[in-house]
This record gives sequence, C-alpha cells and structure tokens, in this order.
Amino acid sequence: MIPLLIKGGRVIDPSRKTDAVADLLVMDGKIAAVGTNIGTPDGAQVQDAKGKVVAPGLIDVHVHLREPGFEDLETIATGAAAAVAGGFTAVCAMPNTDPVIDNQSAVGFVLSRGKAAGKARVYPIGCITIGQKGERLAEFGEMVGAGAVAVSDDGKPVQSSHMMRTALEYAKVFGIPVADHCEDVSLAHGGAMHEGIVSMRLGLKGIPAAAEEIQVARDCILAELTGGHIHLCHMSTRGSVELIRRAKEKGLRVTAEAAPHHFTLTHERVEGYDTNAKMNPPLREEADREAIRQAVKDGTIDCIATDHAPHHYDAKEREFDDAPNGILGLETALGLAMRELVQPGVLTLPEMIYRMSTRPAQVFNLIGGTLAVGAPADVMIFDPGARWKVDAGHFCSKSRNTPFGGEELLGRNEMTLVDGRIVFQR
Amino acid sequence: MSAPTLGKDLVGLEGLSREQIELLLDTAEPFKEVSERQIKKVPALRGKTVVNLFFEASTRTRISFEFAEKRLSADTVSVAASGSSVSKGETLVDTARNLEAMRIDMVVIRHGASGAAKFLGDRIASNVINAGDGKHEHPTQGLLDILTLRDKFKKIEGLKVAICGDVLHSRVARSNIWGLTKLGAKVAVCGPPTLVPREITALGVEVLPHIEDAIAWADALNILRLQLERMEKGYIPSLREYNRVFGVTVDRLEKAPKDLLIMHPGPMNRGVEIDSAVADGPHSVILPQVTNGVAVRMAVLYLLAGGKPDGSAARAEES
Repeated sequence: MIPLLIKGGRVIDPSRKTDAVADLLVMDGKIAAVGTNIGTPDGAQVQDAKGKVVAPGLIDVHVHLREPGFEDLETIATGAAAAVAGGFTAVCAMPNTDPVIDNQSAVGFVLSRGKAAGKARVYPIGCITIGQKGERLAEFGEMVGAGAVAVSDDGKPVQSSHMMRTALEYAKVFGIPVADHCEDVSLAHGGAMHEGIVSMRLGLKGIPAAAEEIQVARDCILAELTGGHIHLCHMSTRGSVELIRRAKEKGLRVTAEAAPHHFTLTHERVEGYDTNAKMNPPLREEADREAIRQAVKDGTIDCIATDHAPHHYDAKEREFDDAPNGILGLETALGLAMRELVQPGVLTLPEMIYRMSTRPAQVFNLIGGTLAVGAPADVMIFDPGARWKVDAGHFCSKSRNTPFGGEELLGRNEMTLVDGRIVFQR
Repeated sequence: MSAPTLGKDLVGLEGLSREQIELLLDTAEPFKEVSERQIKKVPALRGKTVVNLFFEASTRTRISFEFAEKRLSADTVSVAASGSSVSKGETLVDTARNLEAMRIDMVVIRHGASGAAKFLGDRIASNVINAGDGKHEHPTQGLLDILTLRDKFKKIEGLKVAICGDVLHSRVARSNIWGLTKLGAKVAVCGPPTLVPREITALGVEVLPHIEDAIAWADALNILRLQLERMEKGYIPSLREYNRVFGVTVDRLEKAPKDLLIMHPGPMNRGVEIDSAVADGPHSVILPQVTNGVAVRMAVLYLLAGGKPDGSAARAEES
C-alpha cells in the first residue's frame, strides 16, 4: 500500500482536542504522522486538502442495511457504499432483517458481507430476544464472540420490563450496550405521525410523545436498577431529553442518539400526506426539535445516528397509513448537520465531528473516531463550504426515499479512507 | 374581481375560501328543483364519464352521488372495492392509472385512509371528488349540512352549531368545522374527552364538556354516529352509558331555552347518540339533509366540470 500524504487541510481530531491546519500521513493503513512540514515519503501519493477539513471518519451506530431478506431495498454492499459516500467509515447494522440477526452465524454473515463489500466497516448488532419476539434472550455471548457490538430489538420495542431488565443485567458480562427503540406499543398502536394539531387536521392517528417518554423513563429506571448500559435510539421529544438529562445527572449508564431528521424537520412536513415524512419515531413539534438541538449541544444526546431506512419507491407511493416508516440518512447526514447545527452556531465543527465520530466510537466501543498516531486510518476529507443539491437519483444507496430531494445542503464529503485505503473519492 | 371558481379537485373544505363555499351552496339552490320535476334530468354533464370508486361500504353517499350524476346526464360506473381488482391487492396508484387510461372525466372516491382523495387527485388529470377519506374530510356532507342550516336559518353568520359525539374519528366533524367557521358560524364540539382531540380548539371551536351545555348553547345540533367498535377499543365503556351521559334525548331537549334544529349525517344508532323521538321529532331535518345531498353533489360535479354558476344548467330541460 503506497503512503498517502494529505497536505494542508484543517485537521480536526476531537479525541485529542486538536484543530489546526496540518498534514496527515497515512502509511500501512495507519495514521503515521500529523503535523506541519511532514516530508513526502518516497512514492507517496499526495492529496491536497487546502480549504478542506480532515477528520476521523463518521460513525453511524444505527442503520438498516436490509440484508438478508430485503435486498431489493438495500444490500450490505450498497449500504456500505452509501456510507463511505457520506463520509462514514463505520456503521452498525440493526438486526431486524429476514431472518433476524439473533444468533452467531447470522452475525457472522453480516460481518463477512461487510468485509466483502470493502467499503465502510459494518458492525452487526444482534437481537435482544430470539426472533425479536420479546420472549427469550438471544445468545449475547455467542453473538459478541462472532462480532456483534451491541444488542437491540429495534423496530420491535421491548415491552416486557422484565425482559429489558435481564437484558441490561446480562449484557454487562460482555460490556455491550443494549440499544432500545423506545415506544409503548399500546399507546402508539396504529399511529402514523406525531399526535398534535397536524394529525388532528389531517385525520391521521397520532403517536403521542408520551409513547416514547414512558419507555425512556422505564429504561432509565432499569439502568439504575441493573447498572447496565442502556442506549436510547432516535430520541425525538423534549420530554425524553429531560428524562435523559436527569438520568445522566444521577450518573447512570445512559447514552442516547438523535437522527438528523429530528433536528431538522417538524410534523408540519407531513402536510399533504408526504410519505417521505413518515418515520417512527415521527417528526415532532418545533419545541421538540429545539430541545434535540440543545441536547446534542450539551451532550444529553451523545451522538447523531441516521436510522438509515431504505424503502422501495413503490412502498412509499401509497396511502399514508399504509406507507412504511423511515428515510435514507447516510448520504445527507453530514450536509444536514452542517446546515442545521454548524451553520446556525449550535455546534462548532469539532463538536459536530465529536457527535458523529468520536463519541459514537466511545459509546459502542468501536475502532475509529480518532486521528491519533498509530490508529487505523479511518479518515474523511470534506469541503465544509460546499453547497450542493440533493439528487436522490445519484445516491449510492439502492433506495431513493428522502424528504430532502432538491434541497441545498452545506458541506460535502470528498474522500473517505478505511484502514488507509481510499474507499470513496468524489 | 373575477368570480370564484373551484380547483381541479374537491378534497376538503379546509382548502376552500368563504366565496368558494358560498358559490357551491348558491349553485346547489337551483339544482334542488330538478329533483322535484317529473323528468329529473338536465343535460349539463352529457358525454362526461364519472367513476364512483368506493373502497369503503357506503349506501347513502354512493346512491346520492349516483343520482346527482344521472340527473346531470353523466355516464357513470360505480366500483365497490370488493369484487374489483382492489381486493386482489392492486395499489391505489395502479387503480388510478387504469381509470385514467380509460379516459374518464371525474372520479368520486370514498376510502378508509386519510389523504386518499388528495393522493388520487395529485396523480391523475381527471377531477377528483372526496366522498370521505378516513378521518380527514367529507366535504359534500359538510356542504349539505350547511345548506340545510341555511335553508332553515337563512344565514350562517353568527349561528351556533354544536357537533356532538365522536369528533376524534369523524370526517364529517372536520368538514363541518372548516365550512361553518369560514362562513362565520360559532362552532362547539361536545363528546367524551376520549373522543374529542385535545388540539381541536386550535380550529377556532369551543369544547363543551356536557351534552346539556351544548343543548343550552346551540341553535342546531349535528349529532355524529357513534361507531360501535369504539367500545372495543376502550374509548367508552358501553352504549347504554353513552346514551345516559351523551345521548340527545327528549328530556334533555325539553330543558333547552329554545327549539333546536336536529341534524345527523346517518346512519343513526337510535337509542345511542340520538333517541328515536328526537330523530323523528318536529325539529329533525335529517331527511331534508339527504334531499339536499343530491343538490349539493350536483353543484360540485357541475362546477368541477367547468359549468357556469348562473343557474342556466338547472333551467335547461332534457331534450
């Protein structure tokens, strides 16, 4: 592998709290040196990064890659390609595929597909319960042994408090987080959007904020009872933020993520029954969106995760009640974070990279999130000033379901390295 | 100022202006008389093809639309969801495209999903008329209710109308609220808090907690049908108790300071939301509502087809 010298970029590394114009040398797949006036090794490729940001690659702890079972929507290969196009060097794949990832051989399958794709690192998340049925614990030990980095029944919220308690206790043996999709199913049942003035006008059944908050409260209480690590997925309400803040003040092992659409859009976006604005948890109110932004700023929300959810256009082209939940995230996350958080001054650039790279690596105990010498060279180079229009037709993902089509975003990834290999170049 | 017109579709009353609603009501007036003739037919829509696409069971609304279409001389086909390709899993968008390919002029759609009429209207060039979409709107019912109120009270401005019952699940309630408030009526809703959305006051309506309050306050009651499955879903304990607490009964009406006009969109659950003696009583306009339904639907069809709102269509005789 020939050495790569990235010259003259703004090198931001939240793990070492550094932010300065510098060169970065990649050799043998690792960060070999960071500094000014690094000599060009013989035969090295030189990449000019003037005016660009050089940062640890983004890490998304919540994506749906649809393989096995729904390969017409996305495959591990196309999802991993979408990831590196968006600046992500690692993604954690949720297990709600068909069959679900609830045993070691299924975990091994995801891992091997990810390696074969050779793009972003693909980390499998195993199920909490067998078949995501909420009845019996899956074999955490076997799955972790095969490469799982967390457990989750995402999409099938764990309703039994007993089951969540035992999951949190048992997961402590392996040091993995239990990631919960927080939803009281009896309250949310049949809901198609946030319960509020818009759902009332449109005549759609609403999902009250309480459906999420009740389970967030329960999970925090169980984290206190068990000492286990609960990771709260895609937080969407101001009430949830309040509950997490209190849990963190108590010193509980509670971490949380928020999705770009929840700090960007509100339930008004559903007007006209646009199914690309249908997701679960749903788009909430302005006060919720603002609370999520503040929580990302003050650390109540640890990381930004996309909940990348590919769907076929046919599936979204139908009555709102019948359309599936979710939107693509990997190829718009950086541009949205820049436009919605960095540009208005909610986050500084280093803070944004911390929430999208360094912090998710810490929370899920993953490689990456750092440019420390000796670390694997998972690096992104992006243009923070680039303004570009979203054209879903040019996505690397197999699907096209985004509510941001035609919108102008700020900041665009130009090059992605994983283990020092150039896996994406615009 | 140019005269108001309607757009391509009639999806709901929310999107209409006061002038457009008045245009519809005024256009309906002369059509009432057509239904009183020996030969109940005018040539206004001759050569036009209308499809009535009913994905939900309906007797009253479907027949009312069919009569309206036939009395305007349109060629019509009615499709019920069962017995068509819809029951074989065809998507709404495919159904729409197939209809379009047959070069139809108008579609009347009744569908269980909120937004279905708009969905269809956005995807085909034909005019689309919403005959009820989920819990969203039922604009022709709203219009016929308002026309019936106008017949009795001569004007809508300042009129007090209480909409009673399951507001949460009611498309009739939403269309009535939009239409009446745009025309300057005062609207209140009354029902168990489990069946009245918390945010409803944002539409400019008052929430009255007790049926006695509504009866004391209103000039007219529009009493919604209570779907029997609401009990199973836990919204109310029993029909018996619903009648006890929220039923419109003769006893309650006798205590009112004035006679109230009684409306119901049908079909009624006698002895649940409304007592038989009230439904059949002297102040009930439940059957005139049905009569007005045909005239209102003729007006909607006629105006969407580009007809002129000068009454000439109703004066024309079938030749």
